[in-house]
Amino acid sequence: MALSTALHAPSRRQLLVTGGALFAWSHLPRFAHAADGRDPRLVVMVLRGALDGLAAVAPVSDPAYEALHGQQALSLSGDKPALPLDNFFALHPAMPNFARLYGLRQAAVVHATATAYRERSHFDGQDVLESGYAMPGKTDSGWLNRALQQLPKGERIAIKGKGLAVGASTPLILRGGAPVTGWAPSALPAVQDDLEQRLLELYRHRDVGLASALEQGLGLEKVAQREAGNMRPVGGNVIEAMRVPSRGAAKLIAADDGPRFAALAFDGWDTHVNEGGATGRLAQLLAGLDGAIEEFEKGLGENWKTTVIAVVTEFGRTARINGTAGTDHGTGTVAFLAGGALNGGRVIADWPGLRDADLFEGRDLKATTDVRGVMKGLLTDHLGIGANVLGERVFPDSRDVKPMQGLIV
Amino acid sequence: MTASINAQMALVALNRFGLGARGGNSGDLANAASDPKGFVKSELASPRTALLEGPNLRPSEDLLAEMYGVIRQRREARAQTNQTAPNAQTMSDAPPGTAPPPPPKPQPNFNFIQERFRSDALARIQRAHAPACGFVERLVGFWSNHFCISAVKGPGVRISAGAFEREAIRPHVLGSFADMVKAVEQHPAMLAYLDNAVSVGPNSRAGQNRKRGLNENLARETLELHTLGVDGGYTQADVTSLARIITGWTIVGPPGQLGRPGTFVFNKNAHEPGAQILLGKTYADEGVVQGEKALYDLAHHPAAAKFIATKFARHFVADDPPPALVEKLTNVFRDSDGDLKALSLVLVDDDTAWSAPLTKIRSPYDYIIAASRLIARVPDQPQRYLGSLILMGAPLWQPPGPNGFADTNAAWATPNGMKTRLDIAGQIAKRLGNLTDPEEALDAVAGPAASAETRQAIGRAESREQAMALVLMSPEFQRR
Repeated sequence: MALSTALHAPSRRQLLVTGGALFAWSHLPRFAHAADGRDPRLVVMVLRGALDGLAAVAPVSDPAYEALHGQQALSLSGDKPALPLDNFFALHPAMPNFARLYGLRQAAVVHATATAYRERSHFDGQDVLESGYAMPGKTDSGWLNRALQQLPKGERIAIKGKGLAVGASTPLILRGGAPVTGWAPSALPAVQDDLEQRLLELYRHRDVGLASALEQGLGLEKVAQREAGNMRPVGGNVIEAMRVPSRGAAKLIAADDGPRFAALAFDGWDTHVNEGGATGRLAQLLAGLDGAIEEFEKGLGENWKTTVIAVVTEFGRTARINGTAGTDHGTGTVAFLAGGALNGGRVIADWPGLRDADLFEGRDLKATTDVRGVMKGLLTDHLGIGANVLGERVFPDSRDVKPMQGLIV
Repeated sequence: MTASINAQMALVALNRFGLGARGGNSGDLANAASDPKGFVKSELASPRTALLEGPNLRPSEDLLAEMYGVIRQRREARAQTNQTAPNAQTMSDAPPGTAPPPPPKPQPNFNFIQERFRSDALARIQRAHAPACGFVERLVGFWSNHFCISAVKGPGVRISAGAFEREAIRPHVLGSFADMVKAVEQHPAMLAYLDNAVSVGPNSRAGQNRKRGLNENLARETLELHTLGVDGGYTQADVTSLARIITGWTIVGPPGQLGRPGTFVFNKNAHEPGAQILLGKTYADEGVVQGEKALYDLAHHPAAAKFIATKFARHFVADDPPPALVEKLTNVFRDSDGDLKALSLVLVDDDTAWSAPLTKIRSPYDYIIAASRLIARVPDQPQRYLGSLILMGAPLWQPPGPNGFADTNAAWATPNGMKTRLDIAGQIAKRLGNLTDPEEALDAVAGPAASAETRQAIGRAESREQAMALVLMSPEFQRR
């Protein structure tokens, strides 16, 4: 919010929120919580560009790892030592917050994972990851949206079933028939409260459709900004670019009558050139991701304990460093899971090994865990969606991919 | 007719069919009011109106050839780097004690791809300021979105995104639908975007040698999104059949073995041999002609007439367009063999297209163009426009999928969308300061058709800046 408007007390935007219905569906009768009293929240972060899983969570005890990653390999010693997760894997040093949550058993890593897609086009890979289909070309709806349509009816969870798309447009993962609302941190300075009120007044008399949309939009912005302060991203700072939308989204899904399911997408993971090791470009991005998770933890407060965050990417990168100190498009990678509802503190991996013969097509970390099974495990145990529906509607043609057990506390 | 009825018709002419009144002394509203239908139709007189040419606008083959050249340079540089890697630590800035990364040899600069993209974007934006009505530019926008490509696909599509519109869309918006379909499906940008460039007939020579196969992406979208529509009565077998028919439709690569690099070519070696059955009709294997005949028939299919007519009416008139208007458009499309000028004329001549209430909201692109026309600033840089479109979720030539940007109120009159529009209006008004008279601007936009409430809100605003933001956000400006 602009500084000048902060001097008015109370702000018109604030009155708008406290005085009226923030969310259009909040006038619905309050149903009781689900039988077990849980009010689960799910956040999915999509890393676009393909995250290098071997650089993010390094198999430091695999004898082939250091040779493959050469000078960029993470190490348990040195200036910036990697953070050991168990006796085999170590986390990138740019993610101390995730390591702390891991120690609290509120974070986990799934390694050597991928979707069913085995080509190497970002575009198609993202479509497969987000649509939930086994093949590219299906871009009408995303699996998270279809999951919302399957939420148990009549319970609080169904009323709150609206999805929150964070960003200027709704990512494919959240597109579809279930209602979705959108919010993005303002990249532009907000206009004066007085102008907002005058325009709303004009709309109320002349155009109720625009009045309703604008009123909701200003209301969402107010909740996102409350306590979160100025949300304008700092230009070019990749860490803030991930923290800022997460800070706002956390406030929105924490609100008692807010949405419960959010999707965010972060770009820039396509590290073909100068990827860096313990420091450098990827380290910056991972620090941003670590910050985004921390923002949710902080912003959700008490509600963190009913939350799960899943971080997924379209595929991994080559096991070897290429000729420009980066990595090219690959296959197996990691998924990060975090949240108070998570049964964490472990790296989940059916490790395929890194010898030449172990690599997929002689170049990529092999995928031994279908990431759909991980998501299914969350949707079943966290949201109560049945395995049959998951195998047919949410992730079509995936009946053979079993929901991963035991991910939720 | 009274002045306000004339003004209402002028508002329809300028907002529903056009890009909004230009400010300054354009006289657009008065000219539109004196002959609303003639004002819109006058742009249709010459088919060349839609063409866009300029010194910075190069053919897609030149753009792609430039890109291939840079990629080759980069590969050569990389090969050289690998050879010289062991003794290159002099160029490293790594702290002492750590092993230096492979040397950062100068990378060929890839910014030129974005520069070419911006040149085309700027030309498109500048063109939008020129015509009095802007109906032809709206048609370009409609068809470009119908046959969309996305620059996100990769550098080849990005560098040729503007050229695709200039070469495959603009020459045909007042011509024949069948010609546009052919130009689109044979354009390198589309062949790359929907993967047909890598589709290989399993029984072709290339398919046998390289064990590569069919990619159905372009075939499916040609049926589902470009011609018949999802309910157009085709089956999966038809998709596969069309995919086989258009195998070998590809782009000449950098070596130029098959022709000029960056151009469309029919590669017989990748073409699936034999006759194919599509929608019950057998197409003999006549090389590229097999596919051209199939596309011609799809363009003339009754389902295409209905599908296109519905989308066209939805774009210009209402999210749920009047069925009688859709039927009329379907008939003219079918009876004229897909004459797109005839289609446009029937739309403009139809009285319900003028009397239907202005319930749609301007798309993000049309909103920023209308604002720019109103304040009469022709840009010499496109960045601010492109940035605004990103904020509104409608980045130029980058729709979220091959079905293009949505064309409904539900897509754009959203909470976040309206807040962002307001913030953009606030920015524009701030830059103008006290330079523009908001009441004059409102008169330019709507004249006597402005509502009393809007006029009052603007009259009572606390500053010219605030009043100008209200003009830009007024229902008279946002709705069409």
